[in-house]
Amino acid sequence: MTAIERVASALVWAVALFAIVFLLTPLVVTVAVSFGSSAVFTLPPPGWSMRWYNQLPATRGLWPSLATSLQIATLSTLVSLVLGTLCAIALVRGRFSGRDAIATFLVSPLMLPGLVVGIAMLQGFKAVGLREAWPSLLVAHVVITMPYVVRTVLAALSLFDFTLIDAARTLGCSYGKALRKVMVPALAPAFLTSAMFAFLASMDNYPISIFFTDAWTKTLPIQMLQFVEERPDPVIAAISTGLILLAVIALIIGDRLVGLRRLADF
Amino acid sequence: MSGAAQRDPIGWLALPAVAYLGLVYALPLVFLLARSVTGPEGFTLQLFGQFFADPYSWRVIWNTLRIALLTTLVCLLIGFPVAIAMARAKGLMQVALLVAIILPLSIGVVVKAFAWQIVLRRDGVVSQFLVGTGIWSEPQRLLFTETGLVMGAANVFLPFMILPIYSVVKLIDPRLSEAGATLGASPLYRFRRIFLPLTLPGLVSGIAFVFSMSVSMFVIPSLLIGDRFQMLATLTGRSFLLMRNEALGSTTAVVLLVLAVSIVVASSWLAKRLGGSQ
Repeated sequence: MTAIERVASALVWAVALFAIVFLLTPLVVTVAVSFGSSAVFTLPPPGWSMRWYNQLPATRGLWPSLATSLQIATLSTLVSLVLGTLCAIALVRGRFSGRDAIATFLVSPLMLPGLVVGIAMLQGFKAVGLREAWPSLLVAHVVITMPYVVRTVLAALSLFDFTLIDAARTLGCSYGKALRKVMVPALAPAFLTSAMFAFLASMDNYPISIFFTDAWTKTLPIQMLQFVEERPDPVIAAISTGLILLAVIALIIGDRLVGLRRLADF
Repeated sequence: MSGAAQRDPIGWLALPAVAYLGLVYALPLVFLLARSVTGPEGFTLQLFGQFFADPYSWRVIWNTLRIALLTTLVCLLIGFPVAIAMARAKGLMQVALLVAIILPLSIGVVVKAFAWQIVLRRDGVVSQFLVGTGIWSEPQRLLFTETGLVMGAANVFLPFMILPIYSVVKLIDPRLSEAGATLGASPLYRFRRIFLPLTLPGLVSGIAFVFSMSVSMFVIPSLLIGDRFQMLATLTGRSFLLMRNEALGSTTAVVLLVLAVSIVVASSWLAKRLGGSQ
């Protein structure tokens, strides 16, 4: 190694270390603040306590919004899994023109500003008379979750060897049984990772959901932003720590199922 | 599509998803665009004329582009070396890098923006660190400043810069560089003529991701810099949610949409050209 390469390599590792600290800073700070005893955000906190967690059960609006978010995220992920998988099969196995265009179209909600998509959908829903918050949220969130399913399942399907199904049928399986026994297990990791990312994207969405909530039906991010504006105290940090814990669990499950490296295959 | 699909029964499976997104998402977007250029007497660009005649609009556009460019630049400067490190890392370092990049991806932007509110305060971690190392002589507030906004945004979008570059870097055959060395190329020459061209598609898609996300970010600026500093997305949100000014909101929404679509189109064109040239 020459001197330049040694310097370059040292620089790369220094930046990498910095990035680890930089990326994890907000998470560490949130967790630290949530266990602090003081109502102001001093770091390190003067003492440790669970007082902010004890306030969680009594936090108004938290549990209904969590329930709404969980329902919407689960249902919209399921709808996207069904529609998205059917579409991915058509795109991989079908022989019609415009397949690339369809794939780009279904992933495009990820690339456009959420706020603009939200405004357009709000006006569209109004035009057809859909005004209730809950169904509007569900219909809108399918658009948010669909890209994750289509992208991941499409990638997995294009690697899947369809002759395996023919092989299973030659060996006496019916077509349906061959699909169930051969294709579904092979695609299971793709279903799980895409469902995970879709679910988290729905749970996290703010810019689209904001247009479809009302005083009674709020999703968690919208309720949390309201907390931040109204009463910035460590209760929000405690809620956030709960969500971080959820993400850590999802990451561990993802690691067990497909491995961390595969999760990074963005 | 339907004509072709009739000949191919499997093609029909695409119909439910395409119809759903067509009706719920594409059609409303087309109507939004159509309405923005329609007045009482048919086609008009009057709303855009008004918008672009106002110097305030230009300041908002300038704010949007400047912050997005700065954020992209910071992400590129940090993300490029990190992507290289990730392709080379083994053992604990690899796990640490993967966790540091993937974990924040699964945590909501409201949570992260809230955390940055704490980090960027006068008594926050960054201020304490800079005073401790002697870079600052006294504690200062970064919250509600442009520097603070760029730091927070770069933090949220950094993984979207790292991952596309990483996916390209990990495929580069190290023997290419060794071959270059055997032929007498200097490290800098090898970086410039072998490594950089091969990573360009990843760099382009990382830059496009981060730039388009920073152009349209909404929650981060409203929490980290506040209402006095407007970007296109925050102005759009405010027009609809607070000011009830749908005309202004639709105009800024369309400007934002055109900006985002041109970034996506330009970057995919560039990526295709770069991919084709290899």
